[in-house]
Amino acid sequence: MKIDSIHTGIVIDHITAGSGMLLYDLLDLDSLDCSVALLKNVFSKKQGKKDIIKIAADIPVNLDIIGYVDPGATVNIIKDGLLVEKKTIEMPETLTNVLTCKNPRCISSVEQELDQVFKLTDREHKIYRCLYCETQAK
Amino acid sequence: MRHLMDITDLSVQELDELIALAEDIIADPEKYQDACKRKKLATLFFEPSTRTRLSFEAAMYELGGSVLGFSEAKSSSAAKGESVADTAKTISCYADIIAMRHPKEGAPYVASLNASVPVINAGDGGHNHPTQTLADLLTIKREKGRLDNLTVGFCGDLKFGRTVHSLIDALARYEGIKVVLISPAELKLPSYIKKDVLKAQGVPYVQTTDLESVMPDLDILYMTRVQRERFFNEEDYLRLKDSYILEPKKLLSAKDDLTIMHPLPRVNEISVAIDKDPRAAYFKQVLNGKYMRMALILKLLEEAKN
Repeated sequence: MKIDSIHTGIVIDHITAGSGMLLYDLLDLDSLDCSVALLKNVFSKKQGKKDIIKIAADIPVNLDIIGYVDPGATVNIIKDGLLVEKKTIEMPETLTNVLTCKNPRCISSVEQELDQVFKLTDREHKIYRCLYCETQAK
Repeated sequence: MRHLMDITDLSVQELDELIALAEDIIADPEKYQDACKRKKLATLFFEPSTRTRLSFEAAMYELGGSVLGFSEAKSSSAAKGESVADTAKTISCYADIIAMRHPKEGAPYVASLNASVPVINAGDGGHNHPTQTLADLLTIKREKGRLDNLTVGFCGDLKFGRTVHSLIDALARYEGIKVVLISPAELKLPSYIKKDVLKAQGVPYVQTTDLESVMPDLDILYMTRVQRERFFNEEDYLRLKDSYILEPKKLLSAKDDLTIMHPLPRVNEISVAIDKDPRAAYFKQVLNGKYMRMALILKLLEEAKN
């Protein structure tokens, strides 16, 4: 299968195979009207299999979301056919309005104006907890 | 602005200082009778509570301060749909310090983000209740003379019991604490607390379903209520509920200086016959709660002033 290179836009590479769709959803790429390609289970020398997302537009992407889903991913910014920037991805300390607390007893379930904030509480096991009720993100 | 949301907001040194202050208040209450003169405590209780609200109010009155507030959500603007954030901003204009109880977990934290005065979490759903833990710590200190080198048994509902979780959080930071977890399989301490608190801090613990077998080892027995609504089927509840009723015969093998605690309210998990036993400390906990709340109010108001 062959997907054309993009002239200007963003390539999210080295996504752990199987995580591409979650990233696609959380980044809300469905709402874009430019070309977006999600490649699943692409052969990789390093990873065996990986997912790749190509976005044919120079738009801001939320690196925190990428860091949450897959801190091993890489983000390449392409301009006029050239790689102009390679962004380092890190697991974010906080995630704001990315996840929703699933605890029906949490204040965020009723206080409409509150941001949905999750804090990284265990980097090794990638555990995020709701800032308000400390329920673990799932 | 300093608030109290969770018992771990306080360092061990601060806990020890609060306990020392509470003991000084007990020794010489007159010294503190005007310590909060012209200061106002707002008790914002969005759900009913007998002990905690009255304890806060008694604490403030004994410090010479005054109290305003409400005791249920329907008598507040929450009934009109006002947010916790707006309530906190508004009450900050009237009071010098806020004690808030709310059925929603994290509500006092939201209040603390919006208030311009200190906020104390007086219980938020099944999440935190740090002033109960302060009462528990003072009780242990006064009954045992120390907070370290103790074997503490927790009995009953260890899964949903927030007072148990908080007290384990607090005690795990002291040296030489051993924990004995006594509960039915259905109500065991959540594994994340075992991992994040007990294992992480190297606190030895054992789990058992049999209270009597571990009774001789205990310095403290912290009882909690096994609640019917926590069980998936009635049969399991009926099978287990009586295992954790503390009766005089179950204390035959206990140490003479055991301390029996309970956050209250009690239903039937401690026989009334034990109330006369000198080892029963659960009503002392209530009184100690008032003194620790006095100490906490003083500390937070002092820090707010600075």
